[in-house]
Amino acid sequence: MKAFRTLWASAGLLWLPGPALSAWQLNLPVPRSEIARQIHDLHTLILWVCVGIFVVVFGVMFYALWRHRKAAGHAARHFHENTAVEVAWTAIPFLILVGMAWPATRTILAQKDTSDPDLTVKVTGYQWKWEYDYLQEGVKYLSVLATPREQIENRAAKGEHYLLEVDEPLVVPVGRKVRVLLTANDVIHAWWVPALGVKQDAIPGFIRDTWFRAAAVGTYRGQCAELCGRDHAFMPIVVEVKSEADYRAWLADRKAKLAAAAAEAGKAFGLDELKARGEKVYAANCAACHQPDGKGIPGVFPAVDGSKVALGPRQGHIEVVLHGRPGTAMAAFGPQLSDVDLAAVVTYQRNAWGNRTGEAVQPAEVRALRK
Amino acid sequence: MQATHAPEHGHGPPGGLMRWVTTTNHKDIGTLYLWFAGVMFFVAGSMAMLIRAELFQPGLQLVQPEVFNQLTTLHGLIMIFGVIMPAFTGFANWQVPLMIGAPDMAFPRMNNWSFWLLPVAAAFLVGSTLLPGGAVAGGWTMYPPLFIQGGISYDLTIFAVHIMGASSIMGAINIITTILNMRAPGMGMMKLPLFVWTWLITAFLLIAVMPVLAGAVTMLLTDRNFGTHFFDAAGGGDPVLFQHVFWFFGHPEVYILILPAFGIISTILPTFARKPLFGYASMVYATASIAILSFLVWAHHMFTVGLPAGAQLFFMYATMLIAVPTGVKVFNWVATLWRGSMTFETPMLFAVAFVCLFTIGGFSGLVLAMAPVDIQLHDTYYVVAHFHYVLVSGALFSIYAGVYYWLPKWTGHMYDERLGRWHFWLSAISFNVLFFPQHFLGLAGMPRRIPDYALQFADFNRISSIGGFVFGASQILLLIVIVKCIRGGARAEARAWEGAQGLEWTVPSPAPYHTFLEPDVAERHLSPPLPQAGGPPSGDEGRGEGYAPELR
Amino acid sequence: MSAQGHGYYLPAPSHWPIVGSGALLGLALGATLLIHGVAGGGWLLAAGAALLVWMLFGWFGTVIRENERGLFNLRVDASYRWGMGWFIFSEVMFFAAFFGALFYTRTISVPDLASADQQLLWPGYAGGWPTSGPGLEDPFTPMAAWGIPALNTLILLSSGATVTWAHWGLKRGRRRQLILGLALTLALGAAFLGLQAYEYRHAYSELGLTLGAGVYGATFFMLTGFHGLHVTVGAILLAVMLARALAGHFTPERHFAFEAASWYWHFVDVVWLGLFVFVYWL
Ligand code: HEA
Ligand code: HEA
Ligand code: HEC
Ligand code: CUA
Ligand SMILES: [Cu+2]
Repeated sequence: MKAFRTLWASAGLLWLPGPALSAWQLNLPVPRSEIARQIHDLHTLILWVCVGIFVVVFGVMFYALWRHRKAAGHAARHFHENTAVEVAWTAIPFLILVGMAWPATRTILAQKDTSDPDLTVKVTGYQWKWEYDYLQEGVKYLSVLATPREQIENRAAKGEHYLLEVDEPLVVPVGRKVRVLLTANDVIHAWWVPALGVKQDAIPGFIRDTWFRAAAVGTYRGQCAELCGRDHAFMPIVVEVKSEADYRAWLADRKAKLAAAAAEAGKAFGLDELKARGEKVYAANCAACHQPDGKGIPGVFPAVDGSKVALGPRQGHIEVVLHGRPGTAMAAFGPQLSDVDLAAVVTYQRNAWGNRTGEAVQPAEVRALRK
Repeated sequence: MQATHAPEHGHGPPGGLMRWVTTTNHKDIGTLYLWFAGVMFFVAGSMAMLIRAELFQPGLQLVQPEVFNQLTTLHGLIMIFGVIMPAFTGFANWQVPLMIGAPDMAFPRMNNWSFWLLPVAAAFLVGSTLLPGGAVAGGWTMYPPLFIQGGISYDLTIFAVHIMGASSIMGAINIITTILNMRAPGMGMMKLPLFVWTWLITAFLLIAVMPVLAGAVTMLLTDRNFGTHFFDAAGGGDPVLFQHVFWFFGHPEVYILILPAFGIISTILPTFARKPLFGYASMVYATASIAILSFLVWAHHMFTVGLPAGAQLFFMYATMLIAVPTGVKVFNWVATLWRGSMTFETPMLFAVAFVCLFTIGGFSGLVLAMAPVDIQLHDTYYVVAHFHYVLVSGALFSIYAGVYYWLPKWTGHMYDERLGRWHFWLSAISFNVLFFPQHFLGLAGMPRRIPDYALQFADFNRISSIGGFVFGASQILLLIVIVKCIRGGARAEARAWEGAQGLEWTVPSPAPYHTFLEPDVAERHLSPPLPQAGGPPSGDEGRGEGYAPELR
Repeated sequence: MSAQGHGYYLPAPSHWPIVGSGALLGLALGATLLIHGVAGGGWLLAAGAALLVWMLFGWFGTVIRENERGLFNLRVDASYRWGMGWFIFSEVMFFAAFFGALFYTRTISVPDLASADQQLLWPGYAGGWPTSGPGLEDPFTPMAAWGIPALNTLILLSSGATVTWAHWGLKRGRRRQLILGLALTLALGAAFLGLQAYEYRHAYSELGLTLGAGVYGATFFMLTGFHGLHVTVGAILLAVMLARALAGHFTPERHFAFEAASWYWHFVDVVWLGLFVFVYWL
C-alpha cells in the first residue's frame, strides 16, 4: 500500500517539469558509425513509404466512410469483383517491396563483413555484467553497473546517466574497425550500442562476431537486449571512444595495473583489509542474488547469512564460489574474479552480518583450489 | 444432413452446473470458451496494469525485478493461449455449425474435452505464482538456458503448454472435420462464409505447429530434468536450436491469432456496408498464401542470433512477401466499403478501427522485417508496440467486433448501443495513447522486459501508462454491456442486422439449443446462391473434398 | 429424431471428458512434484494414470457400443476418417520437431562448434558424428545399424504386411484370416518392443550411451523412445481390435476402427524407416 502512495505522490510531482533529460526523442539515435547511418536511412525510407501508402489507402477509406454513409442517403452498389484491380494491388506492393529490399541487402552484407579488423575484443556476458578481453593485448576486466542501489530504490536522486553507467567502460580507438567476439557464460545476453548500430546475441558455448567503426570520439551507451533473468535491466554497456593517443595511454595504464595486481596475489592480507575489499566485490557480483543483507530471496536464492556453507569448512565455501553449482543460477566465479577478489569475498561472507568466523581466507588458498 | 440424438437426450439443455461440465452442445461449449477467455483477459490484463504501474516512472516501486519478469511472462502466455485463442475457438464453436448449416460439431464429446483441458492449464499457470520461487519468469518465448535455470513452476508451465496444445489440436481437428464433412447440401467450398474459410486454414496451421511446440517444450523438460543436452553446447547442442523450433511454431502462431480476425472483419464490413464482400475468391487465396508463407519466415525473430548473411536475406525477403497477400486483404476491405451504404453500429466501429490500426501494426512489422533495421529494434519497445497493434487493435478488437455483432444471436437481445459506442471510443483512443508512444521508446533504445529504465524514457512511459489505465478501465464497460444484454434489452429479430447475410441469421434469436437437425432447413436457405459469396454459382466445382452426396 | 441409421449422431452429455481433464491434472501435477521430490507426487501420478485408463476404457467403450447399436451413419464414419487423418498429421509434426533437432545438430551446431571460430572456447574439438559434444568427458559407443535395428526394421515391415493381410481378410469376410493376421501383427509388435528394450539395456550398461551422452544420446533416445511409445499405443489399439474381432464386431463394409488402427500402425512403421535411416544408419 505504501508503494502505491509513493506512486501517486510522485506521479503528481514528476508530471510537471519533466526531468531535463527526457528528450522526447522520436527517432533512432544520431548515428555514429557508417552502419548505424545506413540503418537510419533505411528506416527513414521505409517509414515514409509506409506513411505514403497509409495516406492513400486510408484517404480512400475515410472518404468512403464519409460520403457513402447511409445517413447521407447513399445507396449501395453491388459490384464485388474486378480482376484488373486485384492484379494491380498485388503487383504494385510487390514492386515497392523490391525497391526496399535492395538497400537492405547491401547493408546486411556490410554488417556481416567482419574481415580485416584493426582490433579484436572478446566480450563475455555474465549474469549480470560484461567481461572485456583484448585478445592481442592481454588486457581483461569486468564491467558492472555503477548506479548505486539507493537511486534504484528511490532513496536518492537519480543521476544523469541513471542505469546507463558502468565502473569500467570498453575503450576503443576512433575510426578503427573493432571486431567483437561475443559469447556468454550462463544464459543468452545481447550486446547492443544503438549509436554504433551493433547488436549481437551472446550465446553460451558459441562465439558470434560483429563489428563497428566509431566515427567520432565520445561515450556511447547501450544495454543488454536479451532477457537474462532478474537483473536484465541492470547490465548496461558503455563504450568510450578515444583518440588513438588517448587509447594508447589508457592501454598502458591498464597493463600497469594488471602487473600490480599480479604482484599482489602472492601477498598475505589482514582480515580487515580482506573484508573491506570483499564488501565491494560482494556488492558488485553477489548482492543481486544473495541481497546486500545476505538474506537471499527465499525459494530462489539462498541466504549466505547463517548458511551452513559460509559457516562450515573454508574449502567447501571456496569451492562453491570458484566452481559454482552446475545447473543452478550459482555461476562459477573462478574464471571471472582474481584470487585476491575471491579470497576477499569469501572472507567477507564469513565475517559479515551474523556470520562471525573470524577467519581470513588468503589468495593462496584459493589458488590451491583452482583446478 | 439429418441428426439423431442419443435416446436419453432431450431437446433442451439439462439444468444445473453439470450441464456445463458434461455438455456436448456446440453452443454451450462456445459460451464456455468465451467466458473463459473473458475471465482470463481480466487476469492477464490486471498483470498488464501492474506492469504499466511499475513502468510509470523510473526506479523500482511496486514489484521486484523477478516479480516483474513473472508478470510479463504470464501476461504474454495467458493473453495468447488463454484469451485470444480460446475466444476465437468460442466463435468457431458458436458460428461454424450455424454458418454451414450443420447440426453440431463433428465430435461433440471431444469438443467438451478441448474446452475442459483449458482450466487445468490455466490453474497451472496462475497457481504457480503461489509456489516457492514464484511463477515462470523466462518470457513467453521460454528461451533456454534461462528457462533451464528456473524452479518447479517452470516444469508446471511446460506441462501447461502440453495440455493447451492438446486442447488446441483436438479443437482444430474438430473444426476442420466439421467444415470439410458437415456442410449442408449446396454449401460448396467457394460458398463458405469467409469466417469459415479463415478458420479452416487456421485449424490447419494449428494442427501443423502445436505439435512442434510440444516437441520444443519436451526438449526443455528433458534438458531441465533428465540430463539431455539439446540446448547445451558442451554436449554438442545449441541454445539457438530451441529458438528455431519455437519460432517454427511461433510465427504461424501469430497468424493463428489473426486469420480468424480477418474472417470476422470480412463478415462484419459487408453487413454494415450493405454490399457483398469485394473479391471473395482473392480473399480466400490471400489467406491461404499467408498461411503457406508463414512457414518460411520464422527466423525473422532471430536476426540478432548471428545467422549467416544468406539466411538473413532469405528470411527477410520471405517476411516482406507476406505484406502482399495481407495488402490484398486490406485493399479488398476498403473496396467493400467503397460505394456502400454504411451505418456505424459498434461492431462496424471496431471493424473499421481494426482495418486502420492493424495496418499500422503491419507496417511496423514490415519495418522489423528489414533485417538491418531489426538489428536496432529487436527486443525493444518498438517490437512491443508492433505486436500490440496487431494483437490488441487486431485480434482483440476483432473479438470485440464479433461479440457485439453476434450478441443478439446468442442472447436474443440487442446490446446497449450507447454504452457500446462509449466502449469503442474510449478503447480506440486510449489504445493509441497506450501503445503509439512505445514506437518512440523503442527507436530511442528502450529494451523490452525491463522493470526500470533510464531517465530519457520517462515521459513516454508515463503517457503510455496513463493510456493503459484508461484502456484497462474502459474494458469494464464491455463487461457491463454483456451482462446487461444477457439479462434483457430490446428483442433481437432473427436477422438482427439489416444487411446481415448467411445461414446463422435464418434461425431465431436467440438461436435454439439445436439448429439444422433437418438438412432441408439449410438447403431451403441456400438455394439462391449466397449473395455474400463472390464466386460463380456453378454446379459441382464448389462441392469440394469431403463432400460425398451418397453419404447423406 | 429419427430411427437408427439416419442422421448425424449427436451424443448425450458425457462425463468422460471431465474425467480425462482430471486425469491429465493428476499426471502433470504428479510428474512435476515427483521430479522435484515432493512427497505424494508419485501417488498423484499413479492416480492420474489410473483415471486416464478408466477414462479411455469408458469413453472408447461408449463409442464402440454406440457404433454396435448402429447409431453411426456414413457421415459419422467420414468424420472419423477425417479426424484420424488429421490426428496422424499432428503426430507427424510432433516427430518433425525431433527430426528437425537431429538435422540441425548434425548439419549446423556440431560442425559450427568444431569450426575455427569456436576454437577459442573449445580448443581441439573435432566435431563429426556421432559426438558427445566438446564439453563432455564420458565416451560412448554409438548404436550399430546392422544388428538389432536392421532386424527390427524387418519385423516392423512385415508387421505392416500382416496387418494389411488381416484387412483383406476382413474385407472378404474371412474372420479367421483377420484374427490370425492381427495376432501375428501383435506378436511382431511385441517382438519389436522386446528387442528395443534389450537394445536400451545394452546401450546403458555396455555402450555408455545414455540420455546424457551429448546430443547423440539425446536425439537417439528421444526419437527412438517416442517411437517406442507410439508402437506401444499402436499395439494396444491392435489388441483392442483383436478383442473386438473375436467378439464378432466389424462387417466387411463398416470397420473404420480397424482401419484407423492400421493407419496408425503404418504411420509408426514409416517413422521407423526415417529413424533407421537417419538415426542408426547414416
Ligand atoms: C497477430 C499477430 C501478428 C501479426 C499479424 C504480425 C504480422 C507481422 N509481423 Fe509480427 N510479431 C508478433 C505478432 C504478429 N505479427 C508478435 C507477438 C511478435 C513478438 C514476439 C516476441 O518476441 O515476443 C512479432 C514480432 C515480429 C518480428 C520480430 C521483431 C523482433 O523481435 O525483432 C518481425 C520481424 O520481421 C515481425 C514482422 C511482421 C510482419 C512483416 C508482419 C506482416 O504479416 C504484416 C503485414 C501487413 C501489412 C504490411 C499491412 C497491410 C499491407 C498493405 C496496406 C499493403 C501495402 C504495403 C506495403 C507494400 C508496404 N513481427
Ligand atoms: C493478445 C495478446 C495481448 C493483449 C490483449 C495485451 C494487452 C496489453 N498489454 Fe501486452 N503483451 C503480450 C500480449 C498481449 N498484451 C505479449 C505476448 C507480450 C510479451 C510477453 C513477453 O515479453 O514475454 C506482452 C508484453 C507487454 C508489455 C511489455 C512488458 C515487458 O516487455 O516488460 C507491456 C508493457 O506495457 C504490455 C502491456 C499491455 C497492456 C497495458 C495491455 C492492455 O490492453 C490490457 C487491458 C486489459 C485490462 C486492463 C483488463 C481488464 C480490466 C480490468 C482488470 C479492470 C481493472 C482496470 C484497472 C485497474 C485500470 N504487454
Ligand atoms: C545469479 C545469481 C547468483 C549470483 C550472482 C551469486 N550467487 Fe551464490 N548462489 C546462487 C544460487 C541460486 C545458489 C544456490 C545453489 C544451489 O541450489 O545449490 C547459490 C549458492 C551460494 C552459496 C552456497 C550457499 C548455501 O548455503 O548453499 C554460496 C556460499 C554462494 N552462493 C556465494 C556466492 C558468492 C560469493 C557470489 C559472488 C561472487 C555469489 N554467490 C553470486 C545464486 C547466485
Ligand atoms: Cu544480460 Cu539481459
Ligand atoms: Cu513472426
